[in-house]
Amino acid sequence: MSTLDSKVPEGPLKDKWTTYKDKIDLVNPANKRKIDIIVIGTGLAGGSASATLAEQGYNVKAFCYQDSPRRAHSIAAQGGINAAKNYQGDGDSNYRLFYDTVKGGDYRSREANVYRLAEVSGNIIDQCVAQGVPFARDYGGLLDNRSFGGVLVSRTFYAKGQTGQQLLLGAYSAMNRQIARGKIEMYNRHEMLDIVKVDGKARGIIARNLITGELERHSAHAVVIASGGYGNLYFLSTNAMGSNVTAAWKTHKKGAFFANPCFTQIHPTCIPRSGDYQSKLTLMSESLRNDGRIWVPAKLEDVMAIREGKKKPTDLSEDERDYYLERRYPAFGNLVPRDVASRAAKERCDAGYGVNKTGEAVYLDFKSAIERYGKEQAKIHNEKDASAQRIYDLGKDIVEAKYGNLFQMYEKIVDEDPYKTPMMIYPATHYTMGGLWVDYNLMTTVEGCYAIGEANFSDHGANRLGASALMQGLADGYFVLPYTIGDYLSDDIRTGRIPTDTDAFEEAENSVKTTLDKLINTGGTKAVDYFHKKLGNIIWNKVGMSRNEAGLKEAIAEIQELRADFWKNVRVPGGTHEVNRELEKAGRVADFLELGELFAQDALTREESCGGHFREESVEIDGPQKGEAKRDDENFTFVSAWEYKGNPSESQLHKEELKYENIELKQRSYK
Amino acid sequence: MNLTLKIWRQEDAKSPGKMVTYPISNIEGHMSFLEMMDILNDELIEKGEEPVAFDHDCREGICGMCSMYINGEAHGPDRRVTTCQLHMRMFKDGETIHIEPFRANSFPVLKDLMVDRGAFDRIQQAGGYISVNTSGNTQDANSLPIPKADADLAMDAATCIGCGACVATCKNSSAMLFVSAKVSQYALLPQGRVEAKDRVLNMVNQMDIEGFGNCTNTGACEVECPKGISLDNIARMNRELIKAKA
Amino acid sequence: MSKSKFTTIGRKILMALSGFFLMFFLLQHLTINMLSVVSPDMFNDVSQFMGTNPVVQFALQPVLIFAVFFHFIMGIVLELQNRRARSIKYAYSKPGTNSSWISRNMIITGLVVLAFLGLHFYDFWVHEMTVKYGGGDMSGLINPNDLDSGYRYHEELVAKFVDPVRVIIYVISFVLLSLHLMHGFQSSFQSMGVSKGKNFIKKFGNVFAIAVPALFVFIAIYHHLQH
Repeated sequence: MSTLDSKVPEGPLKDKWTTYKDKIDLVNPANKRKIDIIVIGTGLAGGSASATLAEQGYNVKAFCYQDSPRRAHSIAAQGGINAAKNYQGDGDSNYRLFYDTVKGGDYRSREANVYRLAEVSGNIIDQCVAQGVPFARDYGGLLDNRSFGGVLVSRTFYAKGQTGQQLLLGAYSAMNRQIARGKIEMYNRHEMLDIVKVDGKARGIIARNLITGELERHSAHAVVIASGGYGNLYFLSTNAMGSNVTAAWKTHKKGAFFANPCFTQIHPTCIPRSGDYQSKLTLMSESLRNDGRIWVPAKLEDVMAIREGKKKPTDLSEDERDYYLERRYPAFGNLVPRDVASRAAKERCDAGYGVNKTGEAVYLDFKSAIERYGKEQAKIHNEKDASAQRIYDLGKDIVEAKYGNLFQMYEKIVDEDPYKTPMMIYPATHYTMGGLWVDYNLMTTVEGCYAIGEANFSDHGANRLGASALMQGLADGYFVLPYTIGDYLSDDIRTGRIPTDTDAFEEAENSVKTTLDKLINTGGTKAVDYFHKKLGNIIWNKVGMSRNEAGLKEAIAEIQELRADFWKNVRVPGGTHEVNRELEKAGRVADFLELGELFAQDALTREESCGGHFREESVEIDGPQKGEAKRDDENFTFVSAWEYKGNPSESQLHKEELKYENIELKQRSYK
Repeated sequence: MNLTLKIWRQEDAKSPGKMVTYPISNIEGHMSFLEMMDILNDELIEKGEEPVAFDHDCREGICGMCSMYINGEAHGPDRRVTTCQLHMRMFKDGETIHIEPFRANSFPVLKDLMVDRGAFDRIQQAGGYISVNTSGNTQDANSLPIPKADADLAMDAATCIGCGACVATCKNSSAMLFVSAKVSQYALLPQGRVEAKDRVLNMVNQMDIEGFGNCTNTGACEVECPKGISLDNIARMNRELIKAKA
Repeated sequence: MSKSKFTTIGRKILMALSGFFLMFFLLQHLTINMLSVVSPDMFNDVSQFMGTNPVVQFALQPVLIFAVFFHFIMGIVLELQNRRARSIKYAYSKPGTNSSWISRNMIITGLVVLAFLGLHFYDFWVHEMTVKYGGGDMSGLINPNDLDSGYRYHEELVAKFVDPVRVIIYVISFVLLSLHLMHGFQSSFQSMGVSKGKNFIKKFGNVFAIAVPALFVFIAIYHHLQH
């Protein structure tokens, strides 16, 4: 099989993107009108790409399964977006953002892509401000920043705890402008169920209208997959209920390699689960770790007393508490990267220090922050003899201004006031670094099919830093894809409209129809969620925060078994030609059941610990890093790209060797 | 707790609908309302009946997809929450819960509790944007200082999630709170002032074409809005319209 | 759907403007009526002035009549449009949890006030018009042939309040007017886009909505008892 060509341009890292852009083939404006592009998904990546491509003159058809493009799950991102603006004058630069991202990703991402990301990051902020995104400002009227995990500078721009919402609404407004001009045709409540290839090139899709149930054929000269990540593989995750892998997986089955599927981010600060009926987990922004201190009781008897309700967390004195992140990682403290924070929480809970009934929760405490801010405010207001209560009130106001909506959300869900008692948090699946393999142009191994945003694999390596997902989605959509896609489409100016009455479309539509009919007619007895929950359990327990060979092998066998059971025993009520939520779910779960196996397979193959992927067999045995994850650069400095061969078990592994020319590979130390 | 649910069932957009009663038991207080609906649907599927179709997605109160009129109020009896964040602890054992779709002629029912809020998208398309190309060739973000107070007010308006609770709640099915939130966000920012006149005229015109009712300042929308969007935005939009017409 | 040249907001603004005018008129009407309690003579003088001054009669009066009709026709148009915006009603609704009865039922309070205006017109205005423009008697005297008989206005006013039924109707109407004003006052400001000093407007509006109708009621009862 051919080796993967990442098509990274030659030349020094800093000039690669600029030089490449200068030499790239362009499509002239008159010809752009003759070219159609399909974009799947309208989140930050898909929304920004649709808007920009339409602005450039292409005819865009955008698809989303929600009732409006504004509802894509990017909207739920809370904390912020990184950009190397160095507005704070704390020594930030493109290089530093690049370096932090590669290091944070545990040296498993592609240098050139990451540098490009850092390079365009500043543009994103300019762009968004011009669009009217109301970023937080200081009293001088300039943009404010906060700091996020894994870095030593303040480069995160934010809009309260709703940065994703504001950025998405910005992209949505840019889309609206193009929809009004007729340059984007918007297909709401449509789900892509297959990609259509003509002569080896991606030329269209089969989509199901989720209201009428009709299957539709749509053709284009290129297809862009911006359908997000596959965290819902775990059943419980912070993803939206509808988030799915279907578009990416169908593309994978038609020839696109799937890269690093096992690289999943388990986010450290989520609200712990409370019961079996639970449908999803809610994230508490990582920004809370700026001011919150994470701890568990130092003594097991206190843990028991708290679980039984005999003691309250506020009863424990400072020395009865174990601020384990500050203890283990004095340099970064509560701001270690997500994978490190998550594993540390799991380690404490596995050792029996979990503070809720399920034993899976740690405290996130704002007491010191309230006090610190209170004292600061008292000084500012010149109140020399402020009482403790007054200091608390002043401090509470500041914390409220910073995180009020998050605290309110917590209180609504848990029914406890986080100003008075520490929050309880536990890690949960949040983001998937893996995804469709793409080259420097963001094209998959299917010619003419691109993948952007969370749907691709390229920029975050084995672990994503906070506030980088928004950056990548918008960078891909606004500033990268619109250039690189022109290079490919410049050959298509004479092609003309792609007809949909061809054998390729016919075949694809029939295969989709067969699958849907099969799901409806299985005649089983169990609801789709039954299988999804079972799958989630297997994945969480055996391919979750820590993984080992035996567990992974078991997981593969169990998933295979579950998949067979699904196709025999699933019950999907209703028909295909109507609104049928169960049918939609069934299709998505069917794909998760296939991906799940590849996911475990990939984790099994990667016999090292790196980033979010922790193999129990690969840890530091001694030295100052004892117990920390141990990367194996000699044998695993590559991207795993899997080729579909008719069955997940038969997938073939291709390796893209990662070359680090500008960064020295080091052990990630946050101590 | 055990509850009686009275739910609007409607086959599709063209069929008439009716309220149907379903008993449900073993519901716990810390379940979310939609988790209770999941349990009901699981039971219906098990019995071979068709589950209740309802819109939902993020289940953390931000996407704006969920839209139920619960016990006579949009998003139910709790304040500042969407349906997905409503928890069962708000209800008492033995209670009867009425669940209806958001109702307005501009929000036609698609099935059961799902409605079509395309009107909102069309209003935004009429002018809910700043006409700037996304090429990135704009001035540096900090070259345009914006007073913090204005930026904060703009942010407050921008938190609208477009769920439609304001329309569903308003006795007149008026969309003024929604439209005014967008008009306000841009009206408060210097970037948005350039097109302010056209924007308010076009958006209000589209709002009228969609057939929403008139605002009679009852204030119900502000109370039921899950994001607490203020009535001041409506006043600001009225001002903007007067300015644009003058 | 809406083909009118006004936007929905435009109609609301006109509603507010006509409302302001009517509130101003109410204040002026009240001031004159108060004179009937303080000084019957002054009341008669002012009444004669208002009743015969051509500016008042041929400029202000038509504007007033137009404002009344405009306010009430527009009110009904808005109400009908609003009802049309939701043809299937909720099976179960609890509007009381998020808005006041008063704000939701302006059409009811408004129609009652309108019905009262009918009676009021019949009682005073029709009578005035008949005497002045029908009978050609512009003198305003009790006996047009006797210059010393004095003005008839105060006497007529007092005579109207003899009947307790009329007084009761009068009182009920003004209670409803009070409710109408209680929402209408602040609502007019909101429609005009005034949001600064919202709380003050609300409080002041409540004082206005209670004081003005209360004084009208006081005048009616005063004359009834004085009789």
